Amino acid sequence: MAAITSLGETPIATAAKAPRGMQASRRRRLNAFRYVTFVIFGLFFLVPLWSMVRFSFAGATPGSWSVTPWKEITAPPISSAAPDLLSAIEITLELAVLTCLVVLVLLVPTMIWIQLKVRWISRAFEFLCLLPLTIPAIVLVVGLAPIYNFIRHYELSALQLFWAYVILALPYAYRALATGLGAIDVRTLSEAARSLGANWATVMVRVIAPNMWQAILNAMLLSAALVLGEFTIAFLLLYTNLQVAMYYTARATANAGVVFSTSTAALTFAFVMLVILSYVGRRRRRG
Amino acid sequence: MAVASTTQTGARPVRAGRRLSVPAWVGTVPFLGYVGVFLLLPTAIVIWGSVRNSTGFQFSNLKLLGNSVVRSYFVGSVELAALSAAIGALLGAILAYAIASGNPDGGVRRFSLAGSGVLAQFGGVALAFAFSATIGPVGYVTQATWFYDFPQGILPIYVYFQIPLMVLVFLPAVDGLRVQWREAAESLGGSTWHYWRYVGGPLLAPAFTGALLLLFANGLSAFATIQAWENQIAYTVPQQISVAISSEVGTANPSEADVLALGMVVMVAIIMTGYALLQRRAARWLR
Repeated sequence: MAAITSLGETPIATAAKAPRGMQASRRRRLNAFRYVTFVIFGLFFLVPLWSMVRFSFAGATPGSWSVTPWKEITAPPISSAAPDLLSAIEITLELAVLTCLVVLVLLVPTMIWIQLKVRWISRAFEFLCLLPLTIPAIVLVVGLAPIYNFIRHYELSALQLFWAYVILALPYAYRALATGLGAIDVRTLSEAARSLGANWATVMVRVIAPNMWQAILNAMLLSAALVLGEFTIAFLLLYTNLQVAMYYTARATANAGVVFSTSTAALTFAFVMLVILSYVGRRRRRG
Repeated sequence: MAVASTTQTGARPVRAGRRLSVPAWVGTVPFLGYVGVFLLLPTAIVIWGSVRNSTGFQFSNLKLLGNSVVRSYFVGSVELAALSAAIGALLGAILAYAIASGNPDGGVRRFSLAGSGVLAQFGGVALAFAFSATIGPVGYVTQATWFYDFPQGILPIYVYFQIPLMVLVFLPAVDGLRVQWREAAESLGGSTWHYWRYVGGPLLAPAFTGALLLLFANGLSAFATIQAWENQIAYTVPQQISVAISSEVGTANPSEADVLALGMVVMVAIIMTGYALLQRRAARWLR
């Protein structure tokens, strides 16, 4: 739950000027401390990643290299117990898109409306949006199980997971959007547009949203990253998304190379998204 | 007739007036409805399910918390969360200091922050695979015999995502330490030890404790990683919740899941309240 709290909320580089006028001996000691620290931590973080990448290129005999594990991602399941990875990837990407859209449709108009018309509700609204942070997914899923039993009467597709994912994404999307909304003068913009004859839909879609597109993009990337890494709810509601498929593939055949190639691919994808995110964030702060 | 016509003429302005005075909070109803069904209702189901059984309302289910087996899951969860939070917080604080003492616009800092954002997020199934590829039974670096022992086998995996989270949460506090305070301590004849003991330490203590609590909550609610690491034996509450709600082996016990989930909610809610209070305390000096 909280692991994602920090995502995209890279602390703003404040103050902390490079210490000037420091004694030479202390600066030398500090630099030595920094290099040692970075090397040790770097090894701790990079060695498991490297091992995973190495295993994703493992050949049939120990020590050999091969791209077979990568080709296996698109191959049919290796055993009857293993799920189809490709369809799991597809459903997860669709879920990511769907969750992003629903989060935006649910949050953006409501937040603008609250800012303009019902200020007094905003504290309660913030509380509700941040509430999922204190309810771990493993707890939420217990309460969601009966609700999903009901949903399954009408629709069996794993796409239905988006209902729960929107709730999980709420705190992160809320904070991203609140930052963007706080940076613009919503009242003046909307009054100007309204006095020129725009209706509320026009105000939101064509006036306010374009002024906070970076915050919207930020919220979408955070929601998408969350969906791509989600395991708990899908697993316990017996749906198969990417993480669940990886889990069962590993269980069906221990040390299958395809598990490592899929993990590496998923991680690389998440990394690219977060790098985009950090650039969006930086530009917003400067601009 | 006459009565009817007067009512009609009388009603029209009233109806027009009423249309204008639709309360503005109605605009938030879609959001409230969604959150009500997918966040508040599941929480209510958990609470209701933990105090009720087939015969009606009673607290006997809660007696389950006194059961020694059930208690062992809580002990396991707290042990793992506390150890991983303590180690993660300590190492993360050291890393945060190493980052903060460098160039605020430097590449090392930017790289470390982007990396922390990704790695704090990189929990879940793939992380357990990465570690099994590193130190697992066929590990690339070493084959640790204790890899499947609890808690020492899972501990490094938890620490792996706790350290980056600590860096993200704690770095703003370390950045808030002013060079002038250090210089003031030095000009009064204080040594490095004096500075940390009487100035830096007390200033960072609330932020550190708050971050420690956040990491603890994070460790408590993590499920995917430990499930992918070991799926036969339940050591922690989330694992046991999973056993209790899935009927895979015919042992589904919904009310046990509800009671365990309630225990989790109460613990996480207390911790997160403490975190919020400490954050407020920490903000007093470091802004």
